[in-house]
Amino acid sequence: MTNSHPVSGSPDKEPATEAAQAEVAGANRAATMNAPKRPDEPRPSLGRLFLENLWAANTVTVTVLALLLAMLFGAVLIIVSDPEVLATYGYITARPGDALNASWTVVSEAYANLFKGAVFDPDATGFQAAMGPISETLTYTAPLVFTGLSVALAFRGGLFNIGAQGQATMGVVLAAVAGFALPLPPVVHLIVALIAGAIGGAVWGFIPGILKARTGAHEVINTIMLNYVAVYFLSWIIIQNGVQNPDRADAISKPVDSSAQLPRLLGDDLRVHAGILLAVLATWFVAWLLNRSTLGFELRAVGANPDAARTAGISVTKTYVLVMAIAGLLAGLGGSQMVLGSTANALTPLVVAQIGFDGILVALLGRVKPWGVLLAALLFGALQAGGNRMQSYSGISLELVTVLQALIVIFIAAPALVKAIFQLRAARAARLQTSLAKGW
Amino acid sequence: MEPGEIHALLGENGAGKSTLMNVLYGLYQPDEGEILVDGKPLKLKGPSDAIAAGIGMVHQHFMLVPVFTVAENIMLGAEQVKGGIVGFLDRRRARREVAEVSERYNLRVDPDAVIEDLPVGIQQRVEIVKALTRDVDLLILDEPTAVLTPQETEELLAVMRSLKAAGKSIVFITHKLGEVKAIADRITVIRRGKTVGTASPEASRDELAALMVGRSVKLTVEKQPATPGKPILQVSGLVVDDDRQVRAVDGVDLTVHAGEVLGVAGVQGNGQTELIEAIMGLRPTLAGTVTLDGQPIHGWSTKKVLHAGVGYVPEDRSVDGLVKEFSVAENLVLDIYDRPPFGKGLALKPDAIARSAKERIEQFDVRTPSADAAVGTLSGGNQQKVIVARELSRPLKLFIAAQPTRGVDVGSIEFIHSRVIRERDAGTAVMVVSSELDEVIGLADRIAVMYRGRIIGLVGPDTPREEIGLLMAGITPDAAGATPTGGAAGGPDAGTPAPTPESPGNEDKA
Repeated sequence: MTNSHPVSGSPDKEPATEAAQAEVAGANRAATMNAPKRPDEPRPSLGRLFLENLWAANTVTVTVLALLLAMLFGAVLIIVSDPEVLATYGYITARPGDALNASWTVVSEAYANLFKGAVFDPDATGFQAAMGPISETLTYTAPLVFTGLSVALAFRGGLFNIGAQGQATMGVVLAAVAGFALPLPPVVHLIVALIAGAIGGAVWGFIPGILKARTGAHEVINTIMLNYVAVYFLSWIIIQNGVQNPDRADAISKPVDSSAQLPRLLGDDLRVHAGILLAVLATWFVAWLLNRSTLGFELRAVGANPDAARTAGISVTKTYVLVMAIAGLLAGLGGSQMVLGSTANALTPLVVAQIGFDGILVALLGRVKPWGVLLAALLFGALQAGGNRMQSYSGISLELVTVLQALIVIFIAAPALVKAIFQLRAARAARLQTSLAKGW
Repeated sequence: MEPGEIHALLGENGAGKSTLMNVLYGLYQPDEGEILVDGKPLKLKGPSDAIAAGIGMVHQHFMLVPVFTVAENIMLGAEQVKGGIVGFLDRRRARREVAEVSERYNLRVDPDAVIEDLPVGIQQRVEIVKALTRDVDLLILDEPTAVLTPQETEELLAVMRSLKAAGKSIVFITHKLGEVKAIADRITVIRRGKTVGTASPEASRDELAALMVGRSVKLTVEKQPATPGKPILQVSGLVVDDDRQVRAVDGVDLTVHAGEVLGVAGVQGNGQTELIEAIMGLRPTLAGTVTLDGQPIHGWSTKKVLHAGVGYVPEDRSVDGLVKEFSVAENLVLDIYDRPPFGKGLALKPDAIARSAKERIEQFDVRTPSADAAVGTLSGGNQQKVIVARELSRPLKLFIAAQPTRGVDVGSIEFIHSRVIRERDAGTAVMVVSSELDEVIGLADRIAVMYRGRIIGLVGPDTPREEIGLLMAGITPDAAGATPTGGAAGGPDAGTPAPTPESPGNEDKA
């Protein structure tokens, strides 16, 4: 149905006009690039539409291409960092085959190992070996889903939660203490430990939330600062009496009772644990919360337009506090898994690894949508798991994986770059960019 | 325009004054017609062309970098550099220029002060200095007094006089009659995008007001005489500050009865916005009471006020009325999402929301591709219909509509007006605030005119528009010597002395 009304009002305030102008601009660009398109062209076929859509700069295309670009850059890094391969480039004019062969071998082997370590090894025999890579991937994925959801949820509420790391740290501390200090029966103990972790994270999220709501203090600054507080709190509490492992001289806490540990899903030799099931559950919960609950409605309204939300009677301050508390709760649950799962069973200063910061990347890569976050976490988990094998089999340092992750996110965050490289038609990339930058 | 002339451009909101001046400044391109400077046609591609042609502009909303100093802001866009390609900013020279210009035109500004620390009046002075350092001959001031306190206005007028003495021409855009008469050499009145007349400052306020509000376009609204019932909204002695802690509403008393439309007329910025926001619980009340159906509601949260049976169409739909990223369906429940049948406990009922959206879209003739389309993609009129549909879709005691048809096409205006009247006939108390006099006269059963935070007059809808226009300009019938008509009922503040033409800002509000 077409709008028969002329567009009225001041043109500079009309949002539709801006979009239309962008469209026109895009069309102009397309016209200068390709042959000019006649307006009375017959309707394109379904197949053609599909192809056009594939080549338009939509979310999926940009994500896939960003992955591809990142791997391309990674390949260059692999070649440059291998002295033997680099040596063949010394006589590339004389025997170019050598250089190309050597490069191809080292790169293909590296990426093959990445794949084998993360998904499936065709040479593996037996159930355990076949499932090993998947098990590793899922083990790394589970906590990232939680921290990713934490960042994504806050983002939808208009807040940039850089503090997932600190919230996860508080979560891991409380979960571990509950895990070794409370003598409880198996199932109850696990639940209590998880709740303790969730509370730790929620409190650590609540603080910047209430500061933002009451005083307007910016959550980015406060969450970053609270990250430091949490990290050093962890270092301090580990060496306290009653927490530190009495048999050890170094900074390590008592181990969590087995009654408080997440059950393993595929037998004792595979590390995958029930955390991944909780992660799927949490994803479903956050998706429901955002799209099907009154709280989610408030949250999205506040995130998109706080003025309109306030005018409609929604308490913006209350929403900010709640959003941060729930985000912290999720991050706290993610942190808990680092000690209740199979990664470790005692607190050490580095027990949380980087899951909070990786959560920011996961949330951006997942386009701050719950199921997108789950997929992004899966990708990051796979890169982590595969990177381990790549390191031990191909001798390529694990840091390359971190570089790959960073490159992927950079390309995602700069859709215009990907668009330019692949000459994609202008589509929704501009909107994508603003959605990522809006938290500031 | 003559050299050394102050030319006032007078017109209501949305009459096209700012658009015309933006064309002059090269921000917009003309569709037709041409601009002549010194007899030569001029093609302006952007503000830099305009500056080169000697045209400078001070916008209604200042274009300054808050964290820069005055000197830095002034050299912005025309940075002087020294040291060849190294390109050091020549701050000293910028400061000297600022000092020179402020000396020459008696515009005192401190070149080293940081913009965000300065009061609005001084910031405006910085804008003027900035334009003057570019050697402009024609200065456009777009509603320069809208944001100023009376004292600051007074100072600005003095500045304008000294500029005129220095041979600069000034285009002065405003809708305040007093200022125009005080300073202008020539007055052009614009209405709905057309020049409707030229006047000299000797013309009486009545003539100017008549020209400005116009008589030609009358949107008649079909309605029966009102049958007012018991008082629903009672406001007494209400005092409210605006965002700058300046008194915006200064002791307002008004009553809206069930089944009548009270129109609040007034030039924008006379406290109407703050009055409504205070009633809606969006702004703290400093003194006075607001009662709804006998129940005091001041100090209540917005949600509680809405739940008590108040419908509210905010003034600025894109900022306060709608979440543009949300779908039409979601916007249709923006303030009732948590009440049955749309929400129960924590759960939202998407089916109920979709069903109700379908009904409302049909009932209110919202032209949208689907209920799931983002509301930001709709035209202004249809966006407004979404808000009206939302607010009128539940039983109301009081319906408040602020600028309900601003930036809305004619078809939608008619539709929205008929809906407002229908709501009145259903026995709801209705309050319409608008700076469009036509709208107020067409809809209202009684008209309250607001001026400087007070109700300056309370008149019937049959009052001649010239008289209402005068009230909007702050001239009460007694002071202006006009004969009060039968419909006029003196408001509580009818005796407020009107400012004399020579000093439009003599009333101290602070």
